[in-house]
Amino acid sequence: MSTDTNSAVETKRESLFSKKNRKLLKDPLDDSNPITVQVLGICSALAITVQLQQAVIMSLSVLFVMIGGNVIISLLRNMVPDRIRIIVQLVVVASLVIIVDQVLKAFQPDISEKLSVFVGLIITNCIIMGRLEAFALGNKPGPALLDAIGNAMGYAWILLVVSIVREIFGSGAISLPGMGQVKFLPTSWFISEGGFYENNNLMILPPMALITVGLIIWIQRSRNEALIEEN
Amino acid sequence: MEYLSIFVKGIFIENMIFAYFLGMCSYLAVSKTVKTANGLGLAVIFVLGITVPINYLLENYVLKEGALAWLNPEYANVDLSFLSFIMFIAVIASMVQLVEMIVEKFAPALYGALGIFLPLIAVNCSILGGALFMQDRQYPSIGEATVFGLGSGVGWWLAIVAIAAIREKIRYSHVPAPLRGLGITFIITGLMGIAFMSFMGIEI
Repeated sequence: MSTDTNSAVETKRESLFSKKNRKLLKDPLDDSNPITVQVLGICSALAITVQLQQAVIMSLSVLFVMIGGNVIISLLRNMVPDRIRIIVQLVVVASLVIIVDQVLKAFQPDISEKLSVFVGLIITNCIIMGRLEAFALGNKPGPALLDAIGNAMGYAWILLVVSIVREIFGSGAISLPGMGQVKFLPTSWFISEGGFYENNNLMILPPMALITVGLIIWIQRSRNEALIEEN
Repeated sequence: MEYLSIFVKGIFIENMIFAYFLGMCSYLAVSKTVKTANGLGLAVIFVLGITVPINYLLENYVLKEGALAWLNPEYANVDLSFLSFIMFIAVIASMVQLVEMIVEKFAPALYGALGIFLPLIAVNCSILGGALFMQDRQYPSIGEATVFGLGSGVGWWLAIVAIAAIREKIRYSHVPAPLRGLGITFIITGLMGIAFMSFMGIEI
């Protein structure tokens, strides 16, 4: 589902941007995915993938903070002395995260409650600092914007896949933002109602997020052999 | 007894890595050998043990609703808690810098061991996570907050040293090619997480 929306974004940009800029958007989706290849931003990615709804909100927050952070730092890149750049980056990112946190508290109080400390942890999400250091500090705002969108999308699709897998097997339902939980098995099938089906409670527990990401890496690398690591 | 309970809980039951996935980035990146993993783990214990109590004081005497009342009773309904992220991260970044300078001056041997890891720690999620959990759980005194910081640090150290030891051994076994490196580390961490779940429900 997520890849469809991503490819739509790409095709719209294709006519507008050069091949190099297109690469900025497309690479983070697969070849240099922030989670499975660059190993950035794992902390928050795993903890909030119990339900699809939380994952969607988290992805949107990261998208907003990444775009804001990358563009602002890219605009400031010639003014900030090298020695204090980490503090400057942290302050910019922290201010953006405060905005996200206040908006969530005002309009989505239940989800804000469930995400608890993980909204605040977007500040130290390595994906944001990593892209600021590696890209925004050395590039113009335009490419920095594309890089932010690409990386946030690469982060988002892993989050969405993991949360869909965990929620389907863990609670036999999918929760969409604004629609509540959609169950797609009849209630009478569940053991508690006298049926034969039982949810796999292990999927809700934290360790299964790690194993699911491990399996995604396995699938991705067996299709894309250039990514296989030396032992 | 209360202190011991918080300490053990921080290490085993609410382990930063296995229960909350905090500090995963450096956990995965720096766990190739036991020696470096040990260095980073000790640095995390050190920094958590210092920043959590400082952030506790900040939270309780500056940021919390009514916390400024000690300055002037008029400030009793000032609530600055929306500033907590930016204050915590500023404290962490500057403390890390300060600790680095102090250690370099007074304990060169320790600096040699921790040196390159200290700057990395400012953006380690487990440090900010420690501060945010401290805020969330509202520990009644600074002693408990400190013990919580140290306990979480020890839990993180234990996790990274354990995975580094496993990764050193796994180099000699036949892992399927696409799983080599990152993939197998994820799966092993998941299995270790399941093992750590057996500590759940322990009361001391």
